[in-house]
Amino acid sequence: MSAATQADPATPAGSAGPLAHRRPLGDRGFQILAAAAGLLVLVILILIAFSTTQQASSWFTKAGFSGIFSTDWDGATHFGAMAFVYGTVITAVIAIVIAVPVSIGIALLLTEVVPRRWAQPIVYLIDLLAVVPSVVWGLWGILVFAPWIQHVYASIASGLKGIWVLGPLFGPPASGAVSGASFFTAGLILAFMITPIVTSLSREVIATVPTIDKEGAYALGATRWEMIRGAVWPHSQGGVVGAVLLGLGRAMGETIAAALVIGSSATVTSHLFAPGYSMPAVIANQFGEASGEFRAGLIGLGVLLFLITIVINLAAKGIVNRSARRMRGA
Amino acid sequence: MATVSAGSPVVDLREPAGWRRNKNRIATVAMWLALLLAIVPLGFVLETVIAKGASIISWQFLTGGPIPPNVLPAGTGGMGPAVIGTLEITGLAALLAVPLGVLGAVYINEYGGRGILGRLIGFMADVMTGVPSIVMGLFIYTIWVLHFGVSGMAGSFALACLMLPVVIRSSDEMLKLVPQNLREASYALGATKARVTVTVVLPAAIGGIVSGALLAIARAAGETAPLLFCILTVTATNANVFSGANTALSTQIFANANQVFAGAQARAWGAALTLIAITFILMIAARIVTARFTRYSR
Repeated sequence: MSAATQADPATPAGSAGPLAHRRPLGDRGFQILAAAAGLLVLVILILIAFSTTQQASSWFTKAGFSGIFSTDWDGATHFGAMAFVYGTVITAVIAIVIAVPVSIGIALLLTEVVPRRWAQPIVYLIDLLAVVPSVVWGLWGILVFAPWIQHVYASIASGLKGIWVLGPLFGPPASGAVSGASFFTAGLILAFMITPIVTSLSREVIATVPTIDKEGAYALGATRWEMIRGAVWPHSQGGVVGAVLLGLGRAMGETIAAALVIGSSATVTSHLFAPGYSMPAVIANQFGEASGEFRAGLIGLGVLLFLITIVINLAAKGIVNRSARRMRGA
Repeated sequence: MATVSAGSPVVDLREPAGWRRNKNRIATVAMWLALLLAIVPLGFVLETVIAKGASIISWQFLTGGPIPPNVLPAGTGGMGPAVIGTLEITGLAALLAVPLGVLGAVYINEYGGRGILGRLIGFMADVMTGVPSIVMGLFIYTIWVLHFGVSGMAGSFALACLMLPVVIRSSDEMLKLVPQNLREASYALGATKARVTVTVVLPAAIGGIVSGALLAIARAAGETAPLLFCILTVTATNANVFSGANTALSTQIFANANQVFAGAQARAWGAALTLIAITFILMIAARIVTARFTRYSR
């Protein structure tokens, strides 16, 4: 940059006081432009809440409290949301239960076990999981994975039939036959999809454990596992819980893969090998043909989903911030 | 933390040495197993998509059109309309989201700083990252499509809303890495803040910003849910992104995935391979940019 083009050299940036209002118009304009771009985020979030709630208002008023909190959904007169809320929660919980141990395992492997030059290629590989589009997971899930895993389900179901707790969960559902497209398949696919995000967030947290803590543990004669249990885990607990919550939010909002493999049946059942439905899946599948009350109901499901994921994300952020503060203080 | 200070030690070094070593071995094996569990499904997906997609992909498949009805066998028509739709819709979304996202990050980092507004915007960007893609689709439907009808542009708006917080966050991190004395040296020469930002700070961080933006575009290109009811699905090429129903690779895959016809499924696999190829190219481009143009990194 050339000094000759400086119109007003006596205007130090960020200075308050009498000099400030002599700032060139372009400088002012740029700041306003940047602020407007930043504020756009706020405006969009408010508009999302406002416009979707407005379009769903006829559902909220007509169905009422008891109507919304029922499981009765026939697509014509009754629009109870609970079967979908149930499916969303169940599939997300299955995904979390599977993805979290795997993700933490990989995160520990990357930070504590493999040498640094090996860690980077593994990170690329895990990130590839996140690059495969949702719809491709769904396509593979419904055409390849579901037909294959149905046989696995069938043998598990016949083995666990009638056993306490396991029977109602993994036994054959009321209809008699297990289904390849089911709660559990959706949960598995979601688990594959959220593994990269939970891994990378956990890895960031675990990487902040002070080397001196780890060396201290080793100096006491601890094995690597004992060092992880005694030095790494207490330090990173909070952050990892936050990472898990963010993964949960992702799993609940994941649409297309779930829409293809969940089985599309609005039922509430304890049988995980039975077909079900989730909030984003039913919106994706049925919004095209919907009109009037039906459409308002589907948009209402979107509003519920928005609220649930916002609450989970805020909780996650709160936990991460609190643990980060505590770590700085410690 | 509390578990450590509670008196009962998590780790008991007095256990027999053999058992301690075995526990360590079991834990290490479990970690490698976790990696295997994550990579196996990835391998299967990529293997299936490449094996089934490669047999149908040809120049005619990529550029030809219109997209044939589901009953027709593979080899007729092509996915050209969907390829064009994906490129146009994602491109327009990038044109909207990337400049706005970078400007937002500039505000957070250069102006807002620790002020309430700056922190609020950063916080809201994080919240917005968690908004499910289908909700973004509903949002654009209620605010745009209901009033102005479906168009490729409506899909671009939805994708841009998804990309915006991602671009803000990645650019923000890159701007944070630019050393403070670079800014101070420029101020000392008498430059205004806008000038310092545009000619010194942004060029210094450009590698990271571009690579972050490319990754955001790669993710957006594969999104399906926000497009479903914003662009609908047509079978002929609609080069005009600003009006009329359009189509994209991702929505075509979704429409074909539940079909029983072999031709429709084959086209879905072909489209899936095309889509993955596009996202991979963007990702590799991002890596190259990172490797060649990043001046400051963590």
